[in-house]
Amino acid sequence: MAQAQQDDAEKEIERYRAMISDPMSNPGFLAVDRGEVLWATKRGKKEVTLETCDLGEGPGKLEGAYAKLPRYFQDADRVMDIEQRLLWCMEKIQDLDTADVRRRRFGGPDYTSDMQDLVAFIANKSSGMKYQLQESHPKEKEMLAAGEALFFRRAGVMDFSCATCHGDDGKRIRLQALPNFSKAGKDAQDTMGGWPTYRVSQSQLRTMQHRLWDCYRQMRMPAPEYASDGITALTAYMVKMAAGGEITVPSIKR
Amino acid sequence: MKTLFIASSLAASLIVLSGAAHAQQAAPTKVDPAVVDKYVQSMWAKAPDPWKTVPVQDETQRICTETRNNPSQADFTKIMEREKASVVFPADGKVIGDWKAGERVANTGTGGQFTDGPNTPRGGNCYACHQMAPKELSYGTLGPSLQNYGKDRKFDPAEARNAYAKIYNAQGVFPCSQMPRFGLHKFLSEQQMKDAVAYLFDPESPVNK
Repeated sequence: MAQAQQDDAEKEIERYRAMISDPMSNPGFLAVDRGEVLWATKRGKKEVTLETCDLGEGPGKLEGAYAKLPRYFQDADRVMDIEQRLLWCMEKIQDLDTADVRRRRFGGPDYTSDMQDLVAFIANKSSGMKYQLQESHPKEKEMLAAGEALFFRRAGVMDFSCATCHGDDGKRIRLQALPNFSKAGKDAQDTMGGWPTYRVSQSQLRTMQHRLWDCYRQMRMPAPEYASDGITALTAYMVKMAAGGEITVPSIKR
Repeated sequence: MKTLFIASSLAASLIVLSGAAHAQQAAPTKVDPAVVDKYVQSMWAKAPDPWKTVPVQDETQRICTETRNNPSQADFTKIMEREKASVVFPADGKVIGDWKAGERVANTGTGGQFTDGPNTPRGGNCYACHQMAPKELSYGTLGPSLQNYGKDRKFDPAEARNAYAKIYNAQGVFPCSQMPRFGLHKFLSEQQMKDAVAYLFDPESPVNK
């Protein structure tokens, strides 16, 4: 009896997921369109666009760039994720004061987020491609090792690490299935292949920066600094677990 | 001492089992703790008080992290003794409160998040990880099922006391347990922990129906 009700509940959730995943009605593509405009908008003290920004594949080359991030950038001598790199380009190429962009890092009901829109636009240019892990540079190696360590690091009033919830196959919180990110493979590929995503519950296109911020909120940890190396390290680790997984973005999720 | 020995060997065999469950995980990559700390700082060095110190690990968190929750036998014993010693029982010795209030503790998943206010109700969120009353279908599977918890233990008062200690500090019972140390971290009040025990041990509680 209880098992039958359980199965019904899970079927209902599956049906809902299928219903919202129709790309023709995915509002995440509005963010892609806004991002395309922002990319070509002259801004900053230098009154130039972002079109010469090098996301790793050469200035202005967007196809496949997201699939190879985070990666090492020689001009900055740092490993960066998509958002760190975009902020770098705004500051260096446009000479833009990014305080306002950073304030609107996560969009809300009354304002859009330039970062969310730009990430949606750029990530979409890798849709249909596969994540390609960048791990040849020593700084990329360090980033990956640090990301793995952070993933398993227990702290805070709950004593949680990321692995507490995402360290085993087939676990759930309440009825929510938990992907296992402690090993490379399908769970990580399916998850990472769908970020950035349009979150129906939040009416916003969200990026991995927001997802990890939200995880730390649920773990009762302090809010992590936006575009910090710790978040990039965790993202790099997740990409490593998802390497070879196909990117289909923006996706749409609960 | 003998009890401790039995508990330790039981735990050791459980460790072997849990190690097997993680067999697909790659061996940990070696990394300088100072490097990891640099990344931790990048996320939280600017956190406001009283959040600032939250990411700092205590000795138990550090060992459980370093060993991926498989501490050496020596550390296992050290953690168990240290964490067990932290448990403060109610002054009057009564560990069973009100099961209805305990049901709220088990169902409440709010409180303590950086988006919560100081008056947001706090709960133990037991259902996030445990199956409890059979009527509640929305339960998690990170922890074992607690259905019929009190009934299965014949409502033994000594077992109720053990349950209180486990909620207060799970690592005093099983070092590097995934369960939060609700009492040690003062996340739940004494009354809330007593109510949670009542939810497990009251014969009238739906957990035992």
